[in-house]
Amino acid sequence: MTLAVIGTYAVAFCLVVGAFFALVAAIGLLKLNGSMTRLHAPTKVGTVGIGALLLASMIHSYVYAEGSMHELLIIAFLFVTAPISANFIAKVNIHKRACDMPPSPRQDKTWSTLNVPEADLEIEETGTDQPR
Amino acid sequence: MTLAQEVMQWSLVAAFVCVALSQLGAMVRLVIGPSTGDRILALDTMVVNAIGLIVLLGVAQGTGIYFEASLIIAMLGFVSTVAYARFVLRGDIIE
Repeated sequence: MTLAVIGTYAVAFCLVVGAFFALVAAIGLLKLNGSMTRLHAPTKVGTVGIGALLLASMIHSYVYAEGSMHELLIIAFLFVTAPISANFIAKVNIHKRACDMPPSPRQDKTWSTLNVPEADLEIEETGTDQPR
Repeated sequence: MTLAQEVMQWSLVAAFVCVALSQLGAMVRLVIGPSTGDRILALDTMVVNAIGLIVLLGVAQGTGIYFEASLIIAMLGFVSTVAYARFVLRGDIIE
């Protein structure tokens, strides 16, 4: 059992883990009810799934070529940006009222993402969206 | 071909199939998704799966030349998700 054989098995294991999580994300995206619950599943593929695939690529390059740590950049970038985009999508869900509304805030009248400026109140009531 | 390499080849095929199925599922959600948030989420998932497919292609061919492509797609995917969400939230991308 040389190091190359162990590395090859490690690549295979990481590939299977990444593929499994990609499938989990698709099933969750299709089967779950409600926008906020659907948001939960694909965040796994963004971190664990792609992380495992990039780890497999890294080990593969060390076993079969001169080796590179470049994939760490993509992993770090995805780990940093996944929560930000998930937060933005959650805000869109609240803004579009596609989920259960959060309880109203203690001090102000409404949440800022649901707030409508005075000038746009007419548009909000009549439902006709005029260009600015 | 040794046993280890054969196992790796088969897991590579399985990974290709699973990520492609995931891409198709995200596309179905993109088409049927009832609200705008679901569509943005499906697009984000498709970008992530595209990165996975490119990485798998790099492993299958044994080269490292697909690294830059996947990095650029990761950055563009994040920026487009944020831009789309911001457009829905504010009616404008850069105010």
